[in-house]
Amino acid sequence: MKLAVVLVSTLAATQALADTIVVQSTTSTKNSGLYDYLLPVLKQDTGLTVNVVAVGTGQAIKNAMRCDGDVLLVHAKASEERFVAEGYGSMRWDLMYNDFVIVGPEQDPAKLRQASTALDALTRIATSGAKFASRADDSGTHKKERALWASAGIDPELGSGQWYMETGSGMGATLNTGIGLGAYVMTDRATWIKFGNKQDTTLLFDGDPALFNQYGVIPVSQKKCPTVNAQGARVFTEWLLSDRGQAAIAAYQVAGKPLFFPNAD
Amino acid sequence: MDALTEAFRLIITLDPDLFEILGLSIRVSLIALAIATVIGLPLGTYLAINKFPGRRVLITLLNALMGMPPVVVGLMVYLMLSRSGPLGGLGLLYTPTAMIIAQVVLITPIIAALSNQVIENLYQEYRDTFYSLGITGSKAVIAYLVDARYSLTTCILAGFGRAIAEVGAVIIVGGNIDHLTRVMTTAIALETSKGNLTLALGLGTVLLTLAILVNGAVTAVREFAKRRQYA
Repeated sequence: MKLAVVLVSTLAATQALADTIVVQSTTSTKNSGLYDYLLPVLKQDTGLTVNVVAVGTGQAIKNAMRCDGDVLLVHAKASEERFVAEGYGSMRWDLMYNDFVIVGPEQDPAKLRQASTALDALTRIATSGAKFASRADDSGTHKKERALWASAGIDPELGSGQWYMETGSGMGATLNTGIGLGAYVMTDRATWIKFGNKQDTTLLFDGDPALFNQYGVIPVSQKKCPTVNAQGARVFTEWLLSDRGQAAIAAYQVAGKPLFFPNAD
Repeated sequence: MDALTEAFRLIITLDPDLFEILGLSIRVSLIALAIATVIGLPLGTYLAINKFPGRRVLITLLNALMGMPPVVVGLMVYLMLSRSGPLGGLGLLYTPTAMIIAQVVLITPIIAALSNQVIENLYQEYRDTFYSLGITGSKAVIAYLVDARYSLTTCILAGFGRAIAEVGAVIIVGGNIDHLTRVMTTAIALETSKGNLTLALGLGTVLLTLAILVNGAVTAVREFAKRRQYA
């Protein structure tokens, strides 16, 4: 072990460049290809190299609390505001939004196509005996899904393992599992549009304002984490919130459709 | 079949991303293997030829550590290297170095435990000869290692196989960051999660091909060396 540390700390010195930051972010932004599009533009404008760690929102927040990131870019407003209130983040800004959709098997056993609201859609799934695959990983999507079940007055965990399948995995893995099971899945629209293994699963419910999905950006506080690259974090955040950054977010399209809608103040 | 075509396409088009990822996979795993071999072989040999209290317990522990889940190793190394962990000041988290450390922890027990078994078998045979010649201590360790070198290549290959194939540890400590810490296995996991199953399997095919080439090369060198020795 000691030998390993000695041998490799020389290697590591090259990594600690001032113009490099680590962003703790979510699988939805990464898997949708947004960063692949944005980061080269950002690099050209600012010279900043951004290393994105894409995990669920819950894990991203915990990683940032351990000071393992310079910026947090996630989608769970309540948790983000707590992160700032507890002093881990200096400030939170609204960045962009998209929405959640519910996908499921083409035959649509729970008749989601006829659902009027998101709560109606979930109630139909719970009462029809159809399967639902949940992230169950404390991610932003999972937090949203749990809140919707609670509003519908349903405790899906009572059916855990029977019709409510808790995968404990990322969005893509949960989609793969859900599709294999012929289950319904709630996913962000961006991931769904980009997803490559749809098989006979299709988009069955969307459009309810309750499915709104807000992303926020938070530089990690230098007071809590003295090692943080505050300068780089500021450059990154300011660029995203600038007209140029917001326009770049709006310009990212897949198959002619925009995936994220900028809404910084 | 699609995956084979995909693998073939990736290779013949000299896909720059593929070669970057493949290069990092090989670099990380080979450095980890070198370190693990330098620690593991002498450790396994020492435990085989020296009697002391607690030796059996240590060997049992080594054998058990062979079955260590990579994700647990990844978590332990993450907690050590995290900015708020004991080694956080080194700034190693989310670097290839962190991935090397995790793999060293993962494969050193494999190399030590397997070489221990090889040398123990040899020990029964050589003990008296070495004793009468007065070969002891580190000299004995080296003598056994040199003598068993052909059998030991299998132990080293087992370590390499585990290192190049594992995803659980490197994805936690490396973060699967594009152009920095993305390796073959984490790329496969990522493409699977994007639903790009053909591409994922294509990458898997490339990785498998690499493993076959490495094992083939080592076997060839070993056979060649053996033949020269006994010719």
